[in-house]
Amino acid sequence: MKATRKRPELDRRAVAARILQHRRDALVVAGLGAPCWDTAAAGDDALNFYTWGGMGGAAMVGLGLALAQPERRVLIITGDGEILMGLGSLATIGVQNPGNLAVVVMDNEHYGETGMQATHTRLGVDVAGIAKSAGFREAATLYSESDVREWAPRLFNEPGPLFAAIKVTTERAPLVLPRRDGTALKHRFREALLGAEEAYR
Amino acid sequence: MAKQAGTVVEISRAGRKPRRAAVKLARLAPTWPERLHAVLRDLDIRLVSYVPDSGHARLIELVHDDAKIRAIPLTTEEEGVALAVGAWLGGARSVLLTQSSGVGNCINMLGMIQECRIPLLMLVTMRGEWGEFNPWQLPVAQATQSVLTAMGVVVHRADNAEEIVQTVSAGARLAFNTCRAVAVLIGQRVIGAKEFRK
Repeated sequence: MKATRKRPELDRRAVAARILQHRRDALVVAGLGAPCWDTAAAGDDALNFYTWGGMGGAAMVGLGLALAQPERRVLIITGDGEILMGLGSLATIGVQNPGNLAVVVMDNEHYGETGMQATHTRLGVDVAGIAKSAGFREAATLYSESDVREWAPRLFNEPGPLFAAIKVTTERAPLVLPRRDGTALKHRFREALLGAEEAYR
Repeated sequence: MAKQAGTVVEISRAGRKPRRAAVKLARLAPTWPERLHAVLRDLDIRLVSYVPDSGHARLIELVHDDAKIRAIPLTTEEEGVALAVGAWLGGARSVLLTQSSGVGNCINMLGMIQECRIPLLMLVTMRGEWGEFNPWQLPVAQATQSVLTAMGVVVHRADNAEEIVQTVSAGARLAFNTCRAVAVLIGQRVIGAKEFRK
């Protein structure tokens, strides 16, 4: 490990709240585990799709949504373990180059739900660098509150694809569990986005 | 190999050139990939994701040339399963093209499809079952149908070219009308075994 390595200092709940206050009518896909709880804690919304499984798939769910709804902003909020399982999806997103998509990785450098084992980001892997190399228009690793303040509105307003790995601490936040029935979440999301007639046709 | 662009000519024997008359016929009559492409258009499929297979090569070309359909090359097949979830959340229909070995990559992600009742249409070209040369293709190929069934996917098979279009059409209606996952397995008997030539 390099001695110069910066330690994560940000509070994940404060980061999620700071980002989502800029969302307006954006569509949000949350990766499984703590990013789901963070997203729910910032305020439940029918246009939040919480994934409780399918690890490695959150970014691709976001891509499908972004391509289906090119006029709407899509934000994926996921974890470092989840994005590491789907690194190929960053290449697929880079190739598709969706201007309305942004990925936020709540990077605490650990598998928080399974006993706090280190992830590859703790061991030197730079996921923002991978996203940049894969063709994301902008990608950065954020360490400070001022970084997050600067990036929060950009995630919703600048042409994508955008990627921010945000270094957050491993401190546990109170559990805020969203709904977990996948079919109910799907119906709620589609009804809010498409209207009941189209959603249940 | 047949050099004629845009035609699908089955080469049954290595090195043998197709007869001119047969090539002409193939140019005139739309082959199953062309008809399948028309079915996808009729179904209002907006996204087609794929990991390439030679059996899907012509359909992939047609999709890339179609301004109404977005072609999405993947790095691995489960990306296409997750993509289908997002597309459906956004009101768009998608199709995933894969080779049988790719089905093995999809297993965990198919859980999301089942839990959320997302319509999924997978068109699977089979390897490892009919005149296969490569023994490494067999394990997943032989498990494809049971793996899909175990994950709640309805499996249809098409073992001759005439069946493919109607089977995909029926599978698509089932998938999108009942919000279920359907895989259409296109037999290696139709595609032909890959030739390994020196």
